Amino acid sequence: MDTNNVNEPMKMQFDIAHDDFIRAGEASSKIKKMLLQLGFSGRVIRKVAIATYEVEMNIVIHSWGGTLDVEIDPGSITIIARDRGPGIPNIDEAMQEGFSTAPEKIREMGFGAGMGLPNMKSCADEFFIDSVVNKGTTIKMIINS
Amino acid sequence: MKPYFHSVTLDKEKCLGCTNCIKRCPTEAIRVRDGKARIMDERCIDCGECIRICPQHAKLAITDSFERIKEYRYPVAIPAPTLYGQFPSHVSIDKIMNGLLQLGFARVWEVARGAEIISQVTRLFLEKNDIPKPILSSACPAVVRLIRVRYPELVDNILPLDSPMEAAAYLVKKEMKKEGYPISDVGVFFISPCAAKVTSVKTPLGKEDSNVDGVISIADIYGPLLSAIKKLEEVPTLQKASGSGISWAVSGGEAHLVDKEHYLAVDGIANVARVLEDIVMGKLKNIEFIEGLACVGGCVGGPLTVENPFMAKARIDARAQKYPGSLPELSPDIEWEDFIWTKRVKPTSILKLDEDMNLAIQKMESIDIIHKSLPGLDCGACGAPRCRVLAEDIVQGQADQIDCIFKLREKITELAEDMVELSSKLPPSFSEREKK
Ligand SMILES: Nc1ncnc2c1ncn2[C@@H]1O[C@H](COP(=O)(O)OP(=O)(O)OP(=O)(O)O)[C@@H](O)[C@H]1O
Ligand code: SF4
Ligand SMILES: [Mg+2]
Repeated sequence: MDTNNVNEPMKMQFDIAHDDFIRAGEASSKIKKMLLQLGFSGRVIRKVAIATYEVEMNIVIHSWGGTLDVEIDPGSITIIARDRGPGIPNIDEAMQEGFSTAPEKIREMGFGAGMGLPNMKSCADEFFIDSVVNKGTTIKMIINS
Repeated sequence: MKPYFHSVTLDKEKCLGCTNCIKRCPTEAIRVRDGKARIMDERCIDCGECIRICPQHAKLAITDSFERIKEYRYPVAIPAPTLYGQFPSHVSIDKIMNGLLQLGFARVWEVARGAEIISQVTRLFLEKNDIPKPILSSACPAVVRLIRVRYPELVDNILPLDSPMEAAAYLVKKEMKKEGYPISDVGVFFISPCAAKVTSVKTPLGKEDSNVDGVISIADIYGPLLSAIKKLEEVPTLQKASGSGISWAVSGGEAHLVDKEHYLAVDGIANVARVLEDIVMGKLKNIEFIEGLACVGGCVGGPLTVENPFMAKARIDARAQKYPGSLPELSPDIEWEDFIWTKRVKPTSILKLDEDMNLAIQKMESIDIIHKSLPGLDCGACGAPRCRVLAEDIVQGQADQIDCIFKLREKITELAEDMVELSSKLPPSFSEREKK
């Protein structure tokens, strides 16, 4: 695919509210539909869908609220999730499969397997995470097409 | 062959141009133009939603006329198990099958048996092949087509095996050939609850050709069959299928394939779409098999049935219970590999805005801008199902801003204001006095 794209990437932003389980997943679903219309392959759409859904759910569950920025150009899709919240004290630990601090209430809803961050990492071609305790977390993911 | 054949079509005479169907279509394949609905061939998946919703009965499914069985010396009926649910329990399956013989068929071979064989084949296939989880049943052709159009990321999850209908047609032909019938004289007719099956016979997805020679609608054959059955008294036993095959007529019929906790049976095309959506996002975890059926209740809710689907379901459940039985072993002359699809099902790119992705991005941006300028009522008066879709059609050059009645009104208001303003203007030669 032509990555020397002269056009500006397409940008959009979504607000993600803490504890809003009704609308949770809406942003990911919208992004997924757009990628289909833009002509990205099923493989890319699936990776983006999983990565955005997991990052969106983490904002809903673990933070106080945040935003999801998406930039699309033919060569790659960039997802930046920023939230205000408790942050992650030990990122290495949080990145491990199965690590979760999700409370019982959340586990009953089927979340809290501790697979979100590892899944994001395996879907993304580039993955950056930065977190400050009691301020918030930023995650940037790039998925190449 | 035409690039697209569809069973679902429109009777223009009857269409009033109301907007009921455009809203229901799961692939947004219908627009109203010039006061008539228009189905976009390349998007239609033949699910039959529009047939069910149309108050004018202007949507119909093209099927073969019963007369066509006369084209063959040995016409064979392969009834969908759904047919058994159209009759009350005191009409035995044997009676229904004998009734079909009375109508002129030389042989009746149950699709329910085909279902049992496909269940066995599925087990063998899954033992030897690894396909991505969750596995998506291919029994409903409308769902397979929905996946191709809307969920390209899931095409590799589709179970690449023949439907029970195809299996039945293949096996009865094989059987008759062995008995010495010249195969060109044998015509196999599916007795169908389903429009999508008609399409899958005319333009199959996983294989080059179908073994089915014609599809007759249950609704068409119901009356004559009922009369034929009424005349029957003692009938010879023909039924061979057991409950496991019969229950394919209702949602949940494939449940025995995997253990219950990891199996979802989803019916109704909108529900199927919702579940597939969740699957792509990884929302539904640990699901191994999904049986998605386009019609509510399963094939008993098919657009070509006559009985109330819930009634029919109750009857199917009762019949299935009456004939318990484990799946039959495959007879030694059946090669299970024969039922594997030979053609890969490819995703379509129908929803793509442009072949060139840069252009597609530009178009998407224009769509966003136009969409924001529209009232967001999704009223349908423009002929598109949602404001967003009108915006897409405008950008693709297939519709105009003022197709939106609110936009039209705005425009008229602007024009009217201009006119008022103009009418108050006076030529310089007129004096103030003459104004009034
Ligand atoms: N945005 C965030 N803000 C604060 N803590 C976070 C955030 N994202 C993740 N964490 C912490 O990292 C842990 C691991 O996250 P991960 O997404 O892998 O698992 P999970 O959300 O607990 O469970 P799952 O994603 O499988 O439902 C979380 O339990 C939480 O403690
Ligand atoms: S559920 Fe059955 S009748 Fe309905 S479209 Fe699918 S296969 Fe046809
Ligand atoms: Mg998580």
